[in-house]
Amino acid sequence: MKAEGKKRVWADYQKDIADDHFFYVRSCIRQTFFPGSEQFFLHLMRKVLGKDVLENPSHTSCTGIGYHSDIVPLRTIMAVVARHFALMKESGYKNIAISCVTSFGIYTEILETWKHFPRELEQTREDLFKATGREFDIPENVAHTSDIIFKFRDEIAQKAKYRLVNRDTGKPLRGVEHIGCHYAKMFPKHGVGGAEFPRVLSGMIESWGGEIVDYPERRHCCGFGFRQYLVQANRGYSLSNTAKKFESMKPFRPDFVLTNCPGCNMFMDKWQYTIKEMDGTVYGEKGESIPILTYEELAGLVMGYNPWDLGLQLHMVQSEPLFRKMGIEFNPDDKYKTKDGRQMPVPQNLINS
Amino acid sequence: MEDRVLVVGGGAAGMEVAGRLARSGYKVTLTEKESLTGGHIRNWFHLFPDRRDSLEVLSYLENQVDHGNITLLTSTDVEGIETRHGSFLARTADDREIEADAVVLATGFDLFRSERKEEYGYGIYDNVISSADLEIMFRKGEIRRHDGEIPQKIGFVHCVGSRDEKVGNVYCSKLCCVAAVKQAMEVREYLKDAKVFCFYMDIRMGGALYEELYRESQEKYGVNYIRGKVSEIAENINGRLIVKVEDTLAGRPLKMELDMLVLMAGMEMSEGGRKIAEYAGLKTGENRFFAPADHHFGSNRGNLRGVFYAGTCTAPMNITESISHARAAAADVIEYLSNGRR
Repeated sequence: MKAEGKKRVWADYQKDIADDHFFYVRSCIRQTFFPGSEQFFLHLMRKVLGKDVLENPSHTSCTGIGYHSDIVPLRTIMAVVARHFALMKESGYKNIAISCVTSFGIYTEILETWKHFPRELEQTREDLFKATGREFDIPENVAHTSDIIFKFRDEIAQKAKYRLVNRDTGKPLRGVEHIGCHYAKMFPKHGVGGAEFPRVLSGMIESWGGEIVDYPERRHCCGFGFRQYLVQANRGYSLSNTAKKFESMKPFRPDFVLTNCPGCNMFMDKWQYTIKEMDGTVYGEKGESIPILTYEELAGLVMGYNPWDLGLQLHMVQSEPLFRKMGIEFNPDDKYKTKDGRQMPVPQNLINS
Repeated sequence: MEDRVLVVGGGAAGMEVAGRLARSGYKVTLTEKESLTGGHIRNWFHLFPDRRDSLEVLSYLENQVDHGNITLLTSTDVEGIETRHGSFLARTADDREIEADAVVLATGFDLFRSERKEEYGYGIYDNVISSADLEIMFRKGEIRRHDGEIPQKIGFVHCVGSRDEKVGNVYCSKLCCVAAVKQAMEVREYLKDAKVFCFYMDIRMGGALYEELYRESQEKYGVNYIRGKVSEIAENINGRLIVKVEDTLAGRPLKMELDMLVLMAGMEMSEGGRKIAEYAGLKTGENRFFAPADHHFGSNRGNLRGVFYAGTCTAPMNITESISHARAAAADVIEYLSNGRR
């Protein structure tokens, strides 16, 4: 495999990512299932990198899941997105930072729709004004939060306490990078590195000392797919897609999987548990499963933050095997304690624990 | 007769038209941006449909331009053409000027850059090669994988950069199908035990003896044709290529492991031709090749009187067609100059 070839592809997909002053919009799934990621993003941006990031409490769901399930019509979701842009305008911000890949896909799809069908933009302006009295501007810069971490990956590397290197062997850890389909497959030009050989996550892994696993089903869906899991009868299909990916990556012995999509992270994490429960199959080494991390969690780990403050214990597949390989110091007794030291209930049947 | 003709491009069409005009008594300046004439033929081994060695054709063309009336300027890149007092002035990249009474553009084609079809991984996966790369292997007499092993399962992907809206080329390059058939047969001759698969959308055998060649490839050489477009290519842990394709005749998706994959790169308007078109205000078609004044009666003329076209700068053509088109261009030039430039 020729690294130069990939670099040539990446050169065609350079993305302009704002440097500062972000209007931050959260993800429904991320703030529910692994809230530490969004919390750490805000901490990193504000306290470590000294950036201005605003959250507006009036921000709502983008209703993307409803849109993809044919519950929310296009005209409605355009008005919802327009309202978010109105909140941004009212707050004096022009750069939007989107935490969720589904939302990122929604925003980019709607912006492209307005670009090609100006009548839809005018209709949305009218709808929003009639419903709320608000007006909005098109953002000057639209970035997914993984784009932003990618932009600052070298600054993070300079502040790293640990590297993505196996402490015992000295060799780089092997990372599978998996971008969400709605990050770049709809509009490759909006993704760092495009859709076929995306750079957004692989760039972080390489900057932080690891190496990339390029396996045959790298481009395949994680198994999330709205219609696959929303319809209960289709969930076997969702599961089989996840199994297909893991079977394909298994021979490459990855140490971790890095995702930028809430759904991908959730399904690659939880379906590993399900598959193990169903027939005992695991995809990692030594009978373990493969930890699935968000880019904020991985950034926090290399920077030496306490894994439990990052919320890594909220995954189904626990990340202790990765901590040990990286040489991360952690206290297992603190894993399920509140910040003021009270013991919380300990979940049963976690894997890798 | 003192009329001077500038022929831009020293491939098959340019060499043929230069030779014809020189023998008719015109002073011809033939420019070629590379250091050698011959164009793409120089990179090809055997030609379809009769498997003639390309060197024979090259030798014929070199004889055409071996004439006292021809001034050959190699390593000369003509960037633009201007009209001046009823004549033409060509400017080269190194600031030279060439005067002429008529100009023939034979700027040819560029092979589609296969890396633009990112999903095929050309330039990334070691054993994804282009049809031009395979010709080099044929010339060397050795077909090997990147790791030195002899491939046993080889695939050919038709229509790479042709009939593909995604890359902006909706036209058919016409020759890739028959080139794939020829190359598949040659692979089977070199590697007796190899299995060869061609992945195609339609097999377009529009030239003399093409259909016969296609039939022969199946009956005598056992080449397998699978109707379906390859969707993506990846590498497994053993460095083998995993090819995903839909077999549209069987109505099912296929996943195959191959040792080598050959991309049949299509033809595009050359960069040199594009620059001249922009500089001189020459019209191009939707396919970005030079637009002929009339598809039936004026395929050698464009929108600028005194500028003529020869060969693949107007559309994909095989060598036979390029040479015929060049001869027609020569006839048009002679008529133009002998009729007082009308």
